[in-house]
Amino acid sequence: MSYVPHTDRERGAMLAAIGVARMEDLFADVPAEVRFPDLKLPPAESEPEIMATMRALAARNVAVDPALSFLGAGTYRHFRPATVDYVLSRGEFYTSYTQYQPEVSQGMLQALFEYQSMICRLTGMEVSNASHYDGATALAEAVLLALNVGAGKRPKIVLSPAVHPQYREVVKTYLRGTHAATVVGDEDATADLARLKTLIDRDTAALVVQNPNFFGQCEPVEGLADAVHAAGALLIVLTDPISLGLFRPPGAYGADVVVADGQPLGIPPSFGGPHLGIFAARLAQVRRLSGHLVGETVDADGRRSHVLTLATREQHIRRAKATSNICTNSAVCALGAAVYLATMGKRGLRQVAELCFYKSHYAATEIGKLKGFAVNPQAPTLPFFKELVVRLPGPVPEINARLRERHSIIGGYDLGRDFPHLQNHMLIAVTEMNTRAGIDRLVTALGEATR
Amino acid sequence: MTRDEIPTVYELSVPGRHGIDLPAPDVPMTDLPMTELRADCGQPELSQLDVVRHYLALSQRNFGIDSGFYPLGSCTMKFNPKVNEEIARLPGFAEAHPLQEPGTVQGNLALMFELQQWLAEIGGFAAVSLQPAAGAHGEFTGLLMMRASHLARGDSARSRILIPDSAHGTNPASTTMAGFSAVELPSDARGNVDLDAVRAACDQTCAGIMMTNPNTLGLFEEHIGEVVRLVHACGGLVYGDGANLNALAGIARPGDLGFDVMHYNLHKTFATPHGGGGPGAGPVGVSARLKDFLPGPVVGIADEGDDARYVMTMPAKSIGRVSTFGGNFGMFVRAYAYIRQHGAAGLRENSEHAVLNANYLRVKLRHAFTVPFDRVNMHEFVCQGAIPGTGVRALDVSKRLLDYGFHPPTNYFPLIVPEALMIEPTETESKPTLDAFVAAMTAIAAEARREPALVKGAPHETPVRRVDEVKAARELVLSDRTKVATE
Repeated sequence: MSYVPHTDRERGAMLAAIGVARMEDLFADVPAEVRFPDLKLPPAESEPEIMATMRALAARNVAVDPALSFLGAGTYRHFRPATVDYVLSRGEFYTSYTQYQPEVSQGMLQALFEYQSMICRLTGMEVSNASHYDGATALAEAVLLALNVGAGKRPKIVLSPAVHPQYREVVKTYLRGTHAATVVGDEDATADLARLKTLIDRDTAALVVQNPNFFGQCEPVEGLADAVHAAGALLIVLTDPISLGLFRPPGAYGADVVVADGQPLGIPPSFGGPHLGIFAARLAQVRRLSGHLVGETVDADGRRSHVLTLATREQHIRRAKATSNICTNSAVCALGAAVYLATMGKRGLRQVAELCFYKSHYAATEIGKLKGFAVNPQAPTLPFFKELVVRLPGPVPEINARLRERHSIIGGYDLGRDFPHLQNHMLIAVTEMNTRAGIDRLVTALGEATR
Repeated sequence: MTRDEIPTVYELSVPGRHGIDLPAPDVPMTDLPMTELRADCGQPELSQLDVVRHYLALSQRNFGIDSGFYPLGSCTMKFNPKVNEEIARLPGFAEAHPLQEPGTVQGNLALMFELQQWLAEIGGFAAVSLQPAAGAHGEFTGLLMMRASHLARGDSARSRILIPDSAHGTNPASTTMAGFSAVELPSDARGNVDLDAVRAACDQTCAGIMMTNPNTLGLFEEHIGEVVRLVHACGGLVYGDGANLNALAGIARPGDLGFDVMHYNLHKTFATPHGGGGPGAGPVGVSARLKDFLPGPVVGIADEGDDARYVMTMPAKSIGRVSTFGGNFGMFVRAYAYIRQHGAAGLRENSEHAVLNANYLRVKLRHAFTVPFDRVNMHEFVCQGAIPGTGVRALDVSKRLLDYGFHPPTNYFPLIVPEALMIEPTETESKPTLDAFVAAMTAIAAEARREPALVKGAPHETPVRRVDEVKAARELVLSDRTKVATE
């Protein structure tokens, strides 16, 4: 299928206007020995053919019933109201580029300004950027921001081992380019907040925690910010935006930077991406933020309007001295999250969070009754949200295989993959999409699978 | 279209209104941990119709490729096929969880594996990782790999990256993030990177060079072979900024030109939508010497043939992850479908027509506007937007174009051309559209001479007129300050 509209007659006229005889003549600057390679690619397909090809490919994945899926660990199945895809399907939005011409980009600019406003209120922070790639890269940029605040005098990052393991990997990859930055804390997989606090000193740029943490548990954050700030460091909190429908936001307990993956806010799992990097901070850090910021202003007639602002932080102006190299972001996912939040509203988001809470606790109670199982054995007294750790009487891969083959259930995440001390432990996610019947089926199946 | 201000979602919010109903809990309502709770999550309260009308009204104030011609240089604003949007929403793709057991997602892994192979084939590279989320992210990734490969040889003296002065701003910004210092190289009189400057900068401290080819003037680097040879001879590596690959797919492979690493912008060359700024995807391709340093996981094949089984693997000396899971999979689906719709001949046809369209605009516009490097260009070219003797600048011409219904070209870039207008028409625009654009540009040049105030005061027909950027930066209103009433 070609989308090139030219007729032979038009092509001929255009070549004549340029003053060349043939299309090939336009490529005389390309060295002849490499020109026009014979690419080994499959033959071209028409629109009906490509649709059939892609349907067949999609069908090679096992179909998943959301009510019977208990896999989370950073990507979640949440309800997505129909309004989200309706808006995201508007070509005026999704086929536009970054808003460098504000007069014809007011729609996206206002939507992103509102997104920033919603994220500020959701996280309890003062500024939000217009999106980052995903939660992990937002966290990595938050760490770079803290090192920047430390101005070379504070090279140390204290990183909780209860931060998502893949996020920790991304942070460490990002720091490969930064001279002399060190990460401590997560080498001890069982280090809790009390232990991490003892690692904070005058060399520390930031403490990074996840709340609720990777295991679904609410960290005892009371007084944490004071301890971090007393040492002159920043508190960076990675969170789950759905949890903020219910729980006190990081801004209320003193966070300096809040990051999250916004996928739960109306964005499909899509096998891991594209997702949405949420990045919010205190006003004091606004000139160190990475990414686009939309500001309110007026036009020549005094009408309220919106425009990208503080561009002097960004790569296209500051080049080697920019706060970050980011250019492309995740704007259309931010738009989706804004439509999600507008549709769910204050009441709907609270309800989703409550449903996640009730259902995950129901699952915990029922699984806890099974012989040989233990729920949240590593920290049984902490509150938890949406996810729970289950110690199984056998290896996770075997049990998950049986859940899938006999009961069409997608089981939880195998924690032994990342935490050697958590062999035979599974991280189970329960959202509003899981029905009581589905949870009951999981409990029954777990009992059978280990018998 | 109304020019009235559109109220924000917070201004529209009415206490007690709601947009969605959810099922009542079907499980016991466990006690909530009261001390941890918040009273109000700060979100607006709207009906569903309010939401739909709000965003529909906003969409009508936004210009996309679907709205009209969008010749934004270096951004490749080509048609985004609608079938690819439908395909990306197929539940098998959109609903798959990234941590599912590989046996349940063989379709997705097969797609990623083949896309890795096709991109490697198109770019002339040994291997590809799909991890990076954007072009700049790919640059950063590529530079980290270059750094790792030098260090793996025990060579820690290579601290500098050479970057032509015509390069995208992301190049020096990525260089800094990767821990190198950027050395700017001048361009020569024909718009190529200055070969003597390359020669002088190539020494034991040179980690490599970042080349955009064709460069941001839209010109194929005439000495690219010699540049690559010089950098390799001093022990450096050659990075290719793939932002301009839409001129080269099917025409020449950067790997065959000696490039060691390059990112692909799937949202440019392979027509995944720009989404108002993102998401994109910036896979990186590498020559054999850098293969083991790729970020992972990448998709490998465990058993060949009919029993092919795809698995995620980590390259031997990987620099690590640069994003979670496998990358921006939804973009991979669209790019895969796009490549498969075109085949090898179709990709070449695209590049040829992208170049044809850009050259046609150059020869049609050079009478009204100065083209500083007036020779056969590739997929884009740069002219100067100022109209001498009128006070009309490139920015004014751009704003006046909005009144004619066109999105303007990229303004004031590349930095080496004063009053630059960088024009990239792409292959999906027809001759009548290009002719209409030429007519508008020519008319604006005439208006500038006849009635400069008309052009300097533009735009006149858009939902808002020129906005006060200074006020935005000085007063910094970055979120809606409306007080939301509570019930």
